[in-house]
Amino acid sequence: MKIIVCIKQVPDVTEVKWDENGSLIRSGLPSIINPNDKNAIEAALTLKEEKGAEVTVVSMGPPQVEEALREALAMGCDHAVLLTDRKFGGADCWATAYTLGLAIKKLGNFDLIFSGVEAMDGNTAQVGPEIADFLELPLLSYAESIEVGDGTVKIHQKMGDLTRVIEGPMPALITCEKELNVPRIPRMDLVFECFEKEIQVLGMADVDGEVGNFGLKGSPTRLRKVFSPKRAKAQVEFLDGTPKESSQKLVEKLQEINAI
Amino acid sequence: MTAKKDLSAYKGVWVFVEQFQGKLTRSTLSLEILGEGRKLADKLGSELTAVILGENVEETAKELIAFGADKVLMADAPVLADYRTELYTDIICKEAEERKPDILLVGASATGRDLAPRISFRLHTGCTADCTELDIDEDKKILVSTRPAFGGNVMATILCPDHRPQMSTVRAGVMAVPQKDESRTGEIIKIEVTAKEEDAQVKVLEVKQHEASAQNIQEAIRVVSAGMGACSGDCFDQLKDLAKELDAEIGGTRPVFETGLISHDVQIGQTGKTVRPELYLAVGISGTVQHTTGMADSRTVVAINKDPNAEIFKFAHYGIVGDAKDVVPQLIEQLKAVKA
Ligand SMILES: Cc1cc2nc3c(=O)[nH]c(=O)nc-3n(C[C@H](O)[C@H](O)[C@H](O)COP(=O)(O)OP(=O)(O)OC[C@H]3O[C@@H](n4cnc5c(N)ncnc54)[C@H](O)[C@@H]3O)c2cc1C
Ligand SMILES: Cc1cc2nc3c(=O)[nH]c(=O)nc-3n(C[C@H](O)[C@H](O)[C@H](O)COP(=O)(O)OP(=O)(O)OC[C@H]3O[C@@H](n4cnc5c(N)ncnc54)[C@H](O)[C@@H]3O)c2cc1C
Repeated sequence: MKIIVCIKQVPDVTEVKWDENGSLIRSGLPSIINPNDKNAIEAALTLKEEKGAEVTVVSMGPPQVEEALREALAMGCDHAVLLTDRKFGGADCWATAYTLGLAIKKLGNFDLIFSGVEAMDGNTAQVGPEIADFLELPLLSYAESIEVGDGTVKIHQKMGDLTRVIEGPMPALITCEKELNVPRIPRMDLVFECFEKEIQVLGMADVDGEVGNFGLKGSPTRLRKVFSPKRAKAQVEFLDGTPKESSQKLVEKLQEINAI
Repeated sequence: MTAKKDLSAYKGVWVFVEQFQGKLTRSTLSLEILGEGRKLADKLGSELTAVILGENVEETAKELIAFGADKVLMADAPVLADYRTELYTDIICKEAEERKPDILLVGASATGRDLAPRISFRLHTGCTADCTELDIDEDKKILVSTRPAFGGNVMATILCPDHRPQMSTVRAGVMAVPQKDESRTGEIIKIEVTAKEEDAQVKVLEVKQHEASAQNIQEAIRVVSAGMGACSGDCFDQLKDLAKELDAEIGGTRPVFETGLISHDVQIGQTGKTVRPELYLAVGISGTVQHTTGMADSRTVVAINKDPNAEIFKFAHYGIVGDAKDVVPQLIEQLKAVKA
């Protein structure tokens, strides 16, 4: 079985800091493998151990994405593909899915494609379903468990207030939820080995697409502006004293404003 | 890029409406978008069309007219009973190619986030995800969509100037449910469904609906919200008593949802619900932006936290610095005292 896992390197947005004016400090955020994508890697490696599989990780981004790919290799993935080209820059979901889709087509010969449900920076959750459409594959989204049968694959799908069990033929694309598993830590012996492994690098010329469909040029969406959400609006009045006193004050205040 | 489309041929606002077993879903998201779609259509001077796929949905289709649609595009067939990505995408894309809507809005629900990107890819158009605000650019007459990104740390305003339909998914709980007006009239257009069960690659083997929480937290007048600082020992149980005393609903932060103490239906914040009650009582909540985007518009905010520097105090009108374990029981006592 051959599995392709799409991973994105993202800034760790849980580490975001604000300056005294309430503006976001963008620089200096650590780069990590998108958390959902680690669940996708783990799911692929579990299948590798249980059924035997060759696992290829693919990522599109600037050259430093290599770090993320090396980490995936150190977790136990077999091959890594880096899609990097200045022409890929500024891609929205459409152009990202197009580029990843072309690369996957070129790699060919796969049984399953895994992606994360959502990337923690862009937060759109659109790239997985879009790749599925490009490759005309059945889409099994929000997987909380994955079971591979004979030519078919079945998942538990977390769908808002529903949980469903759905099944489709392979090849298929599955988007992975955090409930799926607990990702492993890279293995020490593999950490050393992963630096020797070759990473396949593909640029625009290697993936056979229409020039106008890549990067910013190929992106139907246009960013008009980015701004910080409203913060700090209330002027707090602290109600001091013992728990009893402060509670008493609060109840009085709430009565005054008819909140209770 | 493929040859530029003639954009003037694209007219009208479409809203995809979610159903479950033929009826509108428990979530009012589809109606919220229908209300917003109405506003956009009026600004553009164009029609609002609701799109509904399912089995036995005719009654629901009529309701959509009462909720503001001029037209309803309806596909009614057993094969569509359960939502399935490919079947729904095929039908909607075919209709969109023929009828050429200018705007297509979809809920940012699990279903909508599965469906919308697949449609937008096939139609070669842009889709702005999880919007909290939609408007029309007065000059260009195009859709202006605003959404949170970076885990709620930034807002982005996004356009889709050269492709049609302009697509956006819309988050639950940020737009108002429109008034129902039974006197409205409109047209129901039946879409012929040619797909058969054999054509469906994906089979739905089991569907389980989770129990709904007793009340919709977005309609609650008062909310007692639990953070991790209110979860140790009996503290959470005391919070429930406090909620009872205040006639409030219990909500909470994402980590509290993750511990299992509350359901996702009542998680408040960027990846949960947006609430704007009369009174929001935040107990043991640190006040990260992912949480505060979901509650910052509450009328009165009270925060109880043992850390005087907690961010949540920046959003609070009244603050008590103290241990929730001590303050909450006292607050219950005091509330009882004024009632007695
Ligand atoms: C503030 C802001 C807002 C944006 N809003 C939108 C928007 O509304 N619509 C839009 O079309 N674009 C938007 N974009 C652009 C979008 O973030 C990028 O196109 C990005 O490449 C993909 O979107 P995502 O990060 O949301 O990924 P998601 O779609 O959330 O990612 C899902 C999964 O797809 C896979 N994946 C995603 N990117 C890659 C990659 N580069 N390499 C390998 N696998 C990948 C991963 O498995 C990931 O878990 C926005 C960008 C910014 C900065
Ligand atoms: C992509 C993304 C989406 C997210 N979406 C959401 C979301 O929708 N909603 C959400 O809430 N979070 C969300 N989060 C998580 C968010 O970043 C914070 O981690 C979370 O809001 C913090 O929850 P908390 O305040 O309960 O816990 P903590 O941050 O652990 O804070 C606990 C607070 O309680 C106080 N405290 C501790 N003990 C006591 C005591 N005995 N008495 C009184 N006070 C005490 C502490 O001083 C502290 O301020 C999201 C995160 C990401 C990355």
